[in-house]
Amino acid sequence: MDSLDIVLIFQDLKDTFYRCFIVEDRWKWLVEGFGKSLVITFFAVLIGLVCGVLLAAIRSSYDKNEESLRMKGGFGFWGLRFLNTVSKVYITVIRGVPVVVQLMIWYFVILVSQKNDVIIAVFAFGFNSAAYVAEIFRGGIMAVDNGQFEAGRSLGFNYIRTMKNIIIPQAVKSTLPTLLNEVIALLKETSVAGYVGIMDLTKAGELIVGRSFESFMPLIAVAIIYLITVIVLTKVFTAIERRLRRNER
Amino acid sequence: MNDNKIIRVTGLKKHYFGGKVKALDGIDLDIERGEVVVIIGPSGSGKSTLLRSLNLLELPTAGQIFFNGTDITDKKVNINSHRQKMGMVFQHFNLFNNMNILKNMTIAPVQLLKRTKAEAEEKALQLLKKVGLEDRANAYPSQLSGGQKQRVAIVRALCMEPQVMLFDEPTSALDPEMVGEVLDVMKSLARDGMTMAVVTHEMGFAREVADRVIFMDEGRIIETGTPEEIFTTPQSPRLQDFLSKVL
Repeated sequence: MDSLDIVLIFQDLKDTFYRCFIVEDRWKWLVEGFGKSLVITFFAVLIGLVCGVLLAAIRSSYDKNEESLRMKGGFGFWGLRFLNTVSKVYITVIRGVPVVVQLMIWYFVILVSQKNDVIIAVFAFGFNSAAYVAEIFRGGIMAVDNGQFEAGRSLGFNYIRTMKNIIIPQAVKSTLPTLLNEVIALLKETSVAGYVGIMDLTKAGELIVGRSFESFMPLIAVAIIYLITVIVLTKVFTAIERRLRRNER
Repeated sequence: MNDNKIIRVTGLKKHYFGGKVKALDGIDLDIERGEVVVIIGPSGSGKSTLLRSLNLLELPTAGQIFFNGTDITDKKVNINSHRQKMGMVFQHFNLFNNMNILKNMTIAPVQLLKRTKAEAEEKALQLLKKVGLEDRANAYPSQLSGGQKQRVAIVRALCMEPQVMLFDEPTSALDPEMVGEVLDVMKSLARDGMTMAVVTHEMGFAREVADRVIFMDEGRIIETGTPEEIFTTPQSPRLQDFLSKVL
Protein backbone atom coordinates (compact mmCIF):
# COMPACT_ATOMS: atom_id res chain seq x y z
CA MET A 1 0.00 0.00 0.00
CA ASP A 2 1.69 3.21 -1.07
CA SER A 3 1.04 6.67 0.20
CA LEU A 4 -1.42 7.45 -2.57
CA ASP A 5 -3.73 4.70 -1.38
CA ILE A 6 -3.70 6.09 2.14
CA VAL A 7 -4.54 9.52 0.81
CA LEU A 8 -7.41 8.05 -1.19
CA ILE A 9 -8.79 6.14 1.76
CA PHE A 10 -8.55 9.25 3.86
CA GLN A 11 -10.28 11.28 1.16
CA ASP A 12 -12.99 8.67 0.92
CA LEU A 13 -13.62 8.75 4.69
CA LYS A 14 -13.77 12.51 4.58
CA ASP A 15 -16.38 12.41 1.80
CA THR A 16 -18.44 9.88 3.67
CA PHE A 17 -18.23 11.90 6.85
CA TYR A 18 -19.27 14.97 4.91
CA ARG A 19 -22.25 13.24 3.39
CA CYS A 20 -23.32 11.75 6.71
CA PHE A 21 -23.03 14.67 9.03
CA ILE A 22 -22.28 17.95 7.28
CA VAL A 23 -24.69 18.12 4.33
CA GLU A 24 -27.99 19.69 5.39
CA ASP A 25 -26.47 19.99 8.88
CA ARG A 26 -27.34 16.34 9.39
CA TRP A 27 -25.30 16.21 12.62
CA LYS A 28 -27.99 18.42 14.10
CA TRP A 29 -30.55 15.64 13.53
CA LEU A 30 -28.48 13.42 15.75
CA VAL A 31 -28.18 16.12 18.38
CA GLU A 32 -31.92 16.79 18.32
CA GLY A 33 -32.70 13.09 18.31
CA PHE A 34 -30.37 12.53 21.23
CA GLY A 35 -32.08 15.40 23.05
CA LYS A 36 -35.44 13.74 22.51
CA SER A 37 -34.13 10.38 23.69
CA LEU A 38 -32.80 12.00 26.86
CA VAL A 39 -35.99 13.95 27.54
CA ILE A 40 -38.12 10.83 27.05
CA THR A 41 -35.82 8.78 29.27
CA PHE A 42 -35.64 11.44 31.99
CA PHE A 43 -39.37 11.94 32.36
CA ALA A 44 -40.11 8.26 31.90
CA VAL A 45 -37.68 7.48 34.75
CA LEU A 46 -39.44 10.10 36.85
CA ILE A 47 -42.87 8.60 36.21
CA GLY A 48 -41.42 5.13 36.69
CA LEU A 49 -39.91 6.03 40.06
CA VAL A 50 -42.98 7.80 41.44
CA CYS A 51 -45.49 5.20 40.30
CA GLY A 52 -43.10 2.35 41.01
CA VAL A 53 -42.58 3.47 44.61
CA LEU A 54 -46.32 3.81 45.02
CA LEU A 55 -46.97 0.32 43.65
CA ALA A 56 -44.17 -1.15 45.75
CA ALA A 57 -45.54 0.57 48.86
CA ILE A 58 -48.97 -0.96 48.26
CA ARG A 59 -47.61 -4.42 47.50
CA SER A 60 -45.14 -4.60 50.38
CA SER A 61 -47.54 -2.99 52.90
CA TYR A 62 -50.07 -5.63 52.05
CA ASP A 63 -47.53 -8.44 52.30
CA LYS A 64 -46.13 -7.19 55.61
CA ASN A 65 -49.45 -6.39 57.30
CA GLU A 66 -51.75 -8.96 55.81
CA GLU A 67 -52.13 -10.97 59.01
CA SER A 68 -52.84 -8.08 61.36
CA LEU A 69 -55.10 -6.32 58.87
CA ARG A 70 -57.06 -9.49 58.25
CA MET A 71 -57.67 -9.81 61.98
CA LYS A 72 -58.79 -6.21 62.29
CA GLY A 73 -60.88 -6.55 59.14
CA GLY A 74 -62.95 -3.63 57.96
CA PHE A 75 -62.09 -1.05 55.36
CA GLY A 76 -58.35 -1.06 55.98
CA PHE A 77 -58.02 -4.68 55.01
CA TRP A 78 -60.39 -4.70 52.05
CA GLY A 79 -59.13 -1.37 50.75
CA LEU A 80 -55.52 -2.43 50.78
CA ARG A 81 -56.40 -5.83 49.42
CA PHE A 82 -58.19 -4.20 46.50
CA LEU A 83 -55.26 -1.88 45.77
CA ASN A 84 -52.89 -4.83 46.03
CA THR A 85 -54.88 -6.80 43.48
CA VAL A 86 -55.04 -3.84 41.11
CA SER A 87 -51.26 -3.38 41.43
CA LYS A 88 -50.63 -7.04 40.75
CA VAL A 89 -52.80 -7.00 37.63
CA TYR A 90 -51.12 -3.83 36.42
CA ILE A 91 -47.65 -5.28 36.88
CA THR A 92 -48.62 -8.53 35.19
CA VAL A 93 -50.12 -6.81 32.16
CA ILE A 94 -47.29 -4.31 31.72
CA ARG A 95 -44.61 -6.95 32.04
CA GLY A 96 -46.45 -9.31 29.73
CA VAL A 97 -46.79 -6.98 26.76
CA PRO A 98 -43.82 -5.82 24.64
CA VAL A 99 -43.04 -2.18 25.13
CA VAL A 100 -43.32 -1.45 21.39
CA VAL A 101 -46.88 -2.75 21.44
CA GLN A 102 -47.64 -0.63 24.49
CA LEU A 103 -46.16 2.40 22.73
CA MET A 104 -48.36 1.82 19.71
CA ILE A 105 -51.44 1.41 21.91
CA TRP A 106 -50.67 4.73 23.58
CA TYR A 107 -50.05 6.37 20.21
CA PHE A 108 -52.93 4.97 18.21
CA VAL A 109 -55.54 4.30 20.91
CA ILE A 110 -55.22 6.04 24.26
CA LEU A 111 -53.62 9.35 23.32
CA VAL A 112 -54.70 9.42 19.71
CA SER A 113 -55.58 13.13 19.92
CA GLN A 114 -52.30 14.09 21.54
CA LYS A 115 -50.11 16.00 19.08
CA ASN A 116 -46.91 16.02 21.09
CA ASP A 117 -45.33 12.66 20.38
CA VAL A 118 -42.70 13.06 23.11
CA ILE A 119 -45.44 13.15 25.73
CA ILE A 120 -46.88 9.94 24.32
CA ALA A 121 -43.49 8.28 24.55
CA VAL A 122 -42.95 9.55 28.11
CA PHE A 123 -46.26 8.02 29.17
CA ALA A 124 -45.67 4.73 27.40
CA PHE A 125 -42.12 4.22 28.68
CA GLY A 126 -42.85 5.73 32.11
CA PHE A 127 -45.83 3.56 32.94
CA ASN A 128 -43.98 0.59 31.53
CA SER A 129 -40.95 1.23 33.69
CA ALA A 130 -43.14 1.70 36.79
CA ALA A 131 -43.99 -2.00 36.81
CA TYR A 132 -40.33 -2.99 36.79
CA VAL A 133 -39.32 -0.36 39.35
CA ALA A 134 -42.16 -1.53 41.59
CA GLU A 135 -40.83 -5.06 41.62
CA ILE A 136 -37.26 -3.87 42.13
CA PHE A 137 -38.27 -1.84 45.20
CA ARG A 138 -40.55 -4.52 46.55
CA GLY A 139 -37.75 -7.03 46.23
CA GLY A 140 -35.42 -4.65 48.05
CA ILE A 141 -37.90 -4.07 50.86
CA MET A 142 -38.68 -7.75 51.32
CA ALA A 143 -34.98 -8.58 51.27
CA VAL A 144 -34.25 -6.51 54.38
CA ASP A 145 -34.13 -8.97 57.27
CA ASN A 146 -37.48 -9.10 59.01
CA GLY A 147 -35.66 -8.80 62.33
CA GLN A 148 -34.95 -5.16 61.46
CA PHE A 149 -38.67 -4.63 61.03
CA GLU A 150 -39.55 -6.41 64.26
CA ALA A 151 -36.93 -4.48 66.21
CA GLY A 152 -38.39 -1.22 64.95
CA ARG A 153 -41.93 -2.24 65.82
CA SER A 154 -40.88 -3.56 69.23
CA LEU A 155 -39.52 -0.13 70.16
CA GLY A 156 -42.95 1.31 69.41
CA PHE A 157 -42.43 2.74 65.93
CA ASN A 158 -45.56 2.45 63.83
CA TYR A 159 -45.43 0.79 60.42
CA ILE A 160 -44.71 3.94 58.45
CA ARG A 161 -41.94 5.18 60.74
CA THR A 162 -40.37 1.74 60.79
CA MET A 163 -40.30 1.72 57.01
CA LYS A 164 -39.00 5.28 56.79
CA ASN A 165 -36.32 5.06 59.48
CA ILE A 166 -35.09 1.53 59.08
CA ILE A 167 -36.31 -0.51 56.13
CA ILE A 168 -36.35 1.91 53.19
CA PRO A 169 -32.84 3.35 53.74
CA GLN A 170 -31.47 -0.19 53.68
CA ALA A 171 -33.64 -1.24 50.74
CA VAL A 172 -32.66 1.75 48.61
CA LYS A 173 -29.00 1.06 49.12
CA SER A 174 -29.32 -2.55 48.03
CA THR A 175 -31.53 -1.77 45.03
CA LEU A 176 -29.33 0.95 43.50
CA PRO A 177 -27.43 -1.38 41.16
CA THR A 178 -30.66 -2.94 39.89
CA LEU A 179 -32.21 0.48 39.55
CA LEU A 180 -29.30 1.61 37.42
CA ASN A 181 -29.88 -1.42 35.26
CA GLU A 182 -33.49 -0.34 34.78
CA VAL A 183 -32.49 3.22 33.82
CA ILE A 184 -29.97 1.91 31.29
CA ALA A 185 -32.50 -0.50 29.86
CA LEU A 186 -35.05 2.27 29.62
CA LEU A 187 -32.69 4.60 27.78
CA LYS A 188 -32.02 1.90 25.22
CA GLU A 189 -35.66 0.87 25.00
CA THR A 190 -36.60 4.38 23.91
CA SER A 191 -34.86 3.53 20.64
CA VAL A 192 -38.09 1.89 19.51
CA ALA A 193 -39.85 5.27 19.66
CA GLY A 194 -39.21 5.54 15.92
CA TYR A 195 -41.90 2.90 15.46
CA VAL A 196 -44.51 5.61 15.84
CA GLY A 197 -42.45 8.20 13.98
CA ILE A 198 -40.79 9.91 16.92
CA MET A 199 -37.49 11.40 15.79
CA ASP A 200 -35.28 10.09 18.59
CA LEU A 201 -31.58 9.31 18.29
CA THR A 202 -32.06 5.96 16.57
CA LYS A 203 -34.62 7.30 14.14
CA ALA A 204 -32.31 10.22 13.33
CA GLY A 205 -29.53 7.78 12.53
CA GLU A 206 -31.90 5.80 10.33
CA LEU A 207 -32.88 8.97 8.51
CA ILE A 208 -29.27 9.80 7.77
CA VAL A 209 -28.74 6.29 6.45
CA GLY A 210 -31.68 6.77 4.11
CA ARG A 211 -30.54 10.14 2.85
CA SER A 212 -26.82 9.56 2.57
CA PHE A 213 -26.89 5.93 1.41
CA GLU A 214 -24.21 5.35 4.03
CA SER A 215 -24.92 2.94 6.84
CA PHE A 216 -21.63 2.41 8.67
CA MET A 217 -20.86 5.87 9.93
CA PRO A 218 -24.30 7.06 11.04
CA LEU A 219 -25.09 3.83 12.88
CA ILE A 220 -21.71 3.69 14.57
CA ALA A 221 -22.20 7.31 15.60
CA VAL A 222 -25.58 6.44 17.12
CA ALA A 223 -24.10 3.44 18.88
CA ILE A 224 -21.25 5.47 20.33
CA ILE A 225 -23.62 8.13 21.65
CA TYR A 226 -25.72 5.51 23.48
CA LEU A 227 -22.59 3.84 24.78
CA ILE A 228 -21.11 7.04 26.16
CA THR A 229 -24.40 7.97 27.82
CA VAL A 230 -24.60 4.59 29.52
CA ILE A 231 -21.00 4.88 30.71
CA VAL A 232 -21.70 8.30 32.18
CA LEU A 233 -24.86 7.04 33.90
CA THR A 234 -22.95 4.13 35.36
CA LYS A 235 -20.29 6.46 36.74
CA VAL A 236 -22.92 8.68 38.35
CA PHE A 237 -24.65 5.75 40.03
CA THR A 238 -21.39 4.23 41.19
CA ALA A 239 -20.51 7.54 42.81
CA ILE A 240 -23.89 7.64 44.60
CA GLU A 241 -23.44 4.06 45.77
CA ARG A 242 -19.98 4.76 47.08
CA ARG A 243 -21.25 7.75 49.00
CA LEU A 244 -24.05 5.75 50.61
CA ARG A 245 -21.65 3.04 51.55
CA ARG A 246 -19.26 5.53 53.13
CA ASN A 247 -22.11 6.95 55.20
CA GLU A 248 -23.15 3.60 56.54
CA ARG A 249 -20.16 1.33 56.11
CA MET B 1 -57.50 -6.71 89.09
CA ASN B 2 -54.42 -6.96 91.20
CA ASP B 3 -52.37 -3.86 90.45
CA ASN B 4 -49.15 -5.65 91.09
CA LYS B 5 -49.55 -7.75 87.98
CA ILE B 6 -47.94 -5.99 85.04
CA ILE B 7 -48.81 -8.70 82.53
CA ARG B 8 -51.72 -11.11 82.64
CA VAL B 9 -52.31 -13.69 79.96
CA THR B 10 -55.53 -15.67 79.82
CA GLY B 11 -56.42 -18.53 77.51
CA LEU B 12 -53.83 -17.55 74.93
CA LYS B 13 -53.85 -19.63 71.76
CA LYS B 14 -51.87 -19.39 68.57
CA HIS B 15 -52.86 -21.74 65.78
CA TYR B 16 -51.40 -22.07 62.32
CA PHE B 17 -52.90 -23.61 59.21
CA GLY B 18 -56.44 -23.38 60.52
CA GLY B 19 -55.71 -25.16 63.77
CA LYS B 20 -53.56 -28.00 62.48
CA VAL B 21 -50.53 -26.63 64.30
CA LYS B 22 -51.06 -25.36 67.82
CA ALA B 23 -48.02 -23.29 68.75
CA LEU B 24 -49.80 -22.07 71.87
CA ASP B 25 -52.67 -24.10 73.22
CA GLY B 26 -54.26 -22.21 76.08
CA ILE B 27 -51.70 -20.30 78.14
CA ASP B 28 -52.52 -18.60 81.44
CA LEU B 29 -49.74 -16.57 82.97
CA ASP B 30 -49.25 -13.64 85.33
CA ILE B 31 -46.10 -11.63 85.66
CA GLU B 32 -45.69 -9.36 88.66
CA ARG B 33 -43.79 -6.13 88.80
CA GLY B 34 -40.12 -6.71 89.52
CA GLU B 35 -40.40 -10.41 88.83
CA VAL B 36 -37.95 -12.35 86.70
CA VAL B 37 -39.73 -15.15 84.87
CA VAL B 38 -37.65 -17.61 82.88
CA ILE B 39 -39.35 -19.79 80.31
CA ILE B 40 -37.67 -23.07 79.40
CA GLY B 41 -38.66 -25.98 77.25
CA PRO B 42 -37.64 -28.03 74.23
CA SER B 43 -37.47 -26.34 70.84
CA GLY B 44 -40.87 -26.08 69.23
CA SER B 45 -42.57 -25.96 72.61
CA GLY B 46 -43.98 -22.49 71.90
CA LYS B 47 -41.89 -20.52 74.38
CA SER B 48 -40.67 -17.98 71.83
CA THR B 49 -44.16 -17.67 70.40
CA LEU B 50 -45.47 -16.93 73.88
CA LEU B 51 -42.85 -14.27 74.49
CA ARG B 52 -43.41 -12.67 71.10
CA SER B 53 -47.14 -12.65 71.74
CA LEU B 54 -46.65 -10.48 74.82
CA ASN B 55 -45.94 -7.43 72.64
CA LEU B 56 -48.03 -8.75 69.75
CA LEU B 57 -45.21 -9.49 67.37
CA GLU B 58 -47.21 -12.70 67.10
CA LEU B 59 -50.93 -12.17 66.83
CA PRO B 60 -52.85 -14.60 69.02
CA THR B 61 -55.65 -16.68 67.58
CA ALA B 62 -57.59 -16.51 70.84
CA GLY B 63 -57.19 -15.30 74.40
CA GLN B 64 -56.32 -12.03 76.04
CA ILE B 65 -53.17 -10.25 77.11
CA PHE B 66 -53.45 -7.52 79.70
CA PHE B 67 -50.62 -5.04 80.07
CA ASN B 68 -51.05 -2.66 82.99
CA GLY B 69 -54.67 -3.69 83.07
CA THR B 70 -55.35 -2.90 79.40
CA ASP B 71 -56.34 -5.70 77.08
CA ILE B 72 -53.84 -5.12 74.27
CA THR B 73 -55.44 -7.76 72.06
CA ASP B 74 -58.42 -5.44 71.73
CA LYS B 75 -58.58 -4.20 68.13
CA LYS B 76 -59.09 -0.61 69.25
CA VAL B 77 -55.92 -0.48 71.33
CA ASN B 78 -52.96 1.36 69.83
CA ILE B 79 -50.30 -1.27 70.29
CA ASN B 80 -47.44 1.10 69.47
CA SER B 81 -47.83 3.10 72.66
CA HIS B 82 -47.79 -0.10 74.72
CA ARG B 83 -44.77 -1.48 72.89
CA GLN B 84 -42.84 1.62 73.92
CA LYS B 85 -43.08 0.37 77.50
CA MET B 86 -42.03 -3.20 76.67
CA GLY B 87 -38.39 -3.58 75.71
CA MET B 88 -37.48 -6.54 73.57
CA VAL B 89 -34.18 -8.27 72.95
CA PHE B 90 -33.90 -10.70 70.05
CA GLN B 91 -31.81 -13.77 69.41
CA HIS B 92 -30.20 -12.11 66.40
CA PHE B 93 -29.74 -8.67 68.03
CA ASN B 94 -31.44 -6.81 65.18
CA LEU B 95 -29.49 -3.61 65.60
CA PHE B 96 -30.36 -1.18 62.83
CA ASN B 97 -27.63 -1.74 60.26
CA ASN B 98 -28.05 1.69 58.71
CA MET B 99 -27.29 3.60 61.91
CA ASN B 100 -24.35 3.83 64.27
CA ILE B 101 -24.72 2.65 67.85
CA LEU B 102 -25.64 6.02 69.27
CA LYS B 103 -28.32 6.57 66.62
CA ASN B 104 -29.62 3.05 67.23
CA MET B 105 -30.17 3.99 70.85
CA THR B 106 -31.47 7.53 70.46
CA ILE B 107 -33.79 7.39 67.46
CA ALA B 108 -36.73 5.90 69.35
CA PRO B 109 -36.56 8.17 72.44
CA VAL B 110 -36.16 11.24 70.23
CA GLN B 111 -38.99 10.39 67.85
CA LEU B 112 -41.40 8.67 70.21
CA LEU B 113 -40.75 10.14 73.66
CA LYS B 114 -39.92 13.59 72.25
CA ARG B 115 -36.61 13.73 74.07
CA THR B 116 -34.11 16.26 72.81
CA LYS B 117 -31.15 14.81 70.98
CA ALA B 118 -28.81 15.90 73.77
CA GLU B 119 -30.91 14.29 76.50
CA ALA B 120 -31.23 11.04 74.57
CA GLU B 121 -27.52 10.92 73.80
CA GLU B 122 -26.54 11.61 77.38
CA LYS B 123 -28.73 8.77 78.56
CA ALA B 124 -27.46 6.47 75.82
CA LEU B 125 -23.82 7.15 76.67
CA GLN B 126 -24.55 6.56 80.33
CA LEU B 127 -26.05 3.17 79.53
CA LEU B 128 -23.25 2.29 77.12
CA LYS B 129 -20.78 3.05 79.87
CA LYS B 130 -22.63 0.68 82.16
CA VAL B 131 -22.12 -2.17 79.70
CA GLY B 132 -18.56 -1.11 78.92
CA LEU B 133 -19.11 0.04 75.37
CA GLU B 134 -18.96 3.83 75.65
CA ASP B 135 -16.03 3.92 73.24
CA ARG B 136 -18.09 2.22 70.51
CA ALA B 137 -20.84 4.85 70.34
CA ASN B 138 -19.90 5.88 66.81
CA ALA B 139 -19.27 2.38 65.49
CA TYR B 140 -21.70 0.63 63.16
CA PRO B 141 -23.30 -2.69 64.13
CA SER B 142 -21.21 -4.58 61.55
CA GLN B 143 -18.07 -3.53 63.44
CA LEU B 144 -19.12 -5.14 66.74
CA SER B 145 -18.85 -8.70 67.98
CA GLY B 146 -21.99 -10.69 68.74
CA GLY B 147 -21.71 -10.14 72.46
CA GLN B 148 -21.19 -6.42 71.98
CA LYS B 149 -24.18 -6.24 69.65
CA GLN B 150 -26.40 -7.95 72.17
CA ARG B 151 -25.28 -5.65 74.98
CA VAL B 152 -26.10 -2.70 72.75
CA ALA B 153 -29.46 -4.24 71.90
CA ILE B 154 -30.27 -4.49 75.61
CA VAL B 155 -29.37 -0.89 76.37
CA ARG B 156 -31.13 0.27 73.21
CA ALA B 157 -34.33 -1.18 74.64
CA LEU B 158 -33.55 0.39 78.03
CA CYS B 159 -33.30 3.84 76.44
CA MET B 160 -37.08 3.75 76.11
CA GLU B 161 -37.33 3.25 79.91
CA PRO B 162 -39.52 0.17 79.56
CA GLN B 163 -41.54 -1.29 82.41
CA VAL B 164 -40.78 -4.82 81.34
CA MET B 165 -38.04 -6.44 79.28
CA LEU B 166 -38.66 -9.42 77.03
CA PHE B 167 -35.67 -11.57 76.10
CA ASP B 168 -36.05 -14.04 73.24
CA GLU B 169 -33.14 -16.48 73.52
CA PRO B 170 -30.66 -13.62 73.88
CA THR B 171 -27.56 -15.82 74.04
CA SER B 172 -28.45 -18.57 71.56
CA ALA B 173 -26.69 -16.93 68.60
CA LEU B 174 -23.53 -16.09 70.53
CA ASP B 175 -20.14 -17.74 70.56
CA PRO B 176 -19.74 -19.51 73.89
CA GLU B 177 -17.12 -17.09 75.19
CA MET B 178 -19.51 -14.17 74.72
CA VAL B 179 -22.48 -15.63 76.55
CA GLY B 180 -21.15 -14.55 79.94
CA GLU B 181 -20.90 -10.86 79.15
CA VAL B 182 -24.52 -10.74 78.02
CA LEU B 183 -25.80 -12.75 80.97
CA ASP B 184 -23.92 -10.40 83.32
CA VAL B 185 -25.79 -7.43 81.90
CA MET B 186 -29.08 -9.28 82.33
CA LYS B 187 -28.21 -10.24 85.89
CA SER B 188 -27.45 -6.67 86.86
CA LEU B 189 -30.70 -5.61 85.25
CA ALA B 190 -32.55 -8.16 87.35
CA ARG B 191 -30.77 -6.94 90.48
CA ASP B 192 -31.93 -3.40 89.71
CA GLY B 193 -35.49 -4.65 89.93
CA MET B 194 -36.45 -4.78 86.24
CA THR B 195 -39.41 -6.94 85.38
CA MET B 196 -38.12 -9.56 82.96
CA ALA B 197 -39.48 -12.41 80.90
CA VAL B 198 -36.67 -14.52 79.50
CA VAL B 199 -36.76 -17.40 77.07
CA THR B 200 -33.43 -19.17 77.33
CA HIS B 201 -31.51 -22.41 77.25
CA GLU B 202 -29.12 -21.14 79.94
CA MET B 203 -30.21 -23.28 82.87
CA GLY B 204 -27.52 -21.74 85.07
CA PHE B 205 -29.01 -18.32 84.51
CA ALA B 206 -32.51 -19.60 85.21
CA ARG B 207 -31.40 -21.18 88.44
CA GLU B 208 -29.47 -18.15 89.63
CA VAL B 209 -31.66 -15.23 88.58
CA ALA B 210 -35.23 -16.42 88.10
CA ASP B 211 -37.93 -15.79 90.66
CA ARG B 212 -40.06 -18.26 88.80
CA VAL B 213 -39.33 -20.83 86.12
CA ILE B 214 -41.93 -21.97 83.62
CA PHE B 215 -41.56 -25.20 81.70
CA MET B 216 -43.44 -25.41 78.43
CA ASP B 217 -44.05 -28.25 76.03
CA GLU B 218 -46.33 -28.58 73.02
CA GLY B 219 -47.83 -25.15 73.47
CA ARG B 220 -48.78 -25.60 77.11
CA ILE B 221 -47.32 -24.67 80.46
CA ILE B 222 -46.51 -28.02 82.01
CA GLU B 223 -44.93 -26.95 85.24
CA THR B 224 -44.16 -23.73 87.02
CA GLY B 225 -42.30 -23.02 90.23
CA THR B 226 -39.23 -21.59 91.88
CA PRO B 227 -35.89 -22.59 90.37
CA GLU B 228 -35.46 -24.87 93.35
CA GLU B 229 -38.74 -26.67 92.68
CA ILE B 230 -38.17 -26.95 88.95
CA PHE B 231 -34.55 -28.06 88.94
CA THR B 232 -34.35 -30.06 92.15
CA THR B 233 -37.76 -31.63 92.50
CA PRO B 234 -39.35 -31.70 89.05
CA GLN B 235 -42.79 -33.30 89.15
CA SER B 236 -43.86 -34.10 85.60
CA PRO B 237 -42.11 -36.86 83.65
CA ARG B 238 -41.69 -34.54 80.67
CA LEU B 239 -39.79 -31.97 82.71
CA GLN B 240 -37.69 -34.72 84.26
CA ASP B 241 -36.91 -36.01 80.80
CA PHE B 242 -36.07 -32.52 79.52
CA LEU B 243 -33.78 -31.76 82.43
CA SER B 244 -31.98 -35.07 82.08
CA LYS B 245 -31.10 -34.03 78.53
CA VAL B 246 -30.00 -30.46 79.13
CA LEU B 247 -28.32 -30.59 82.53
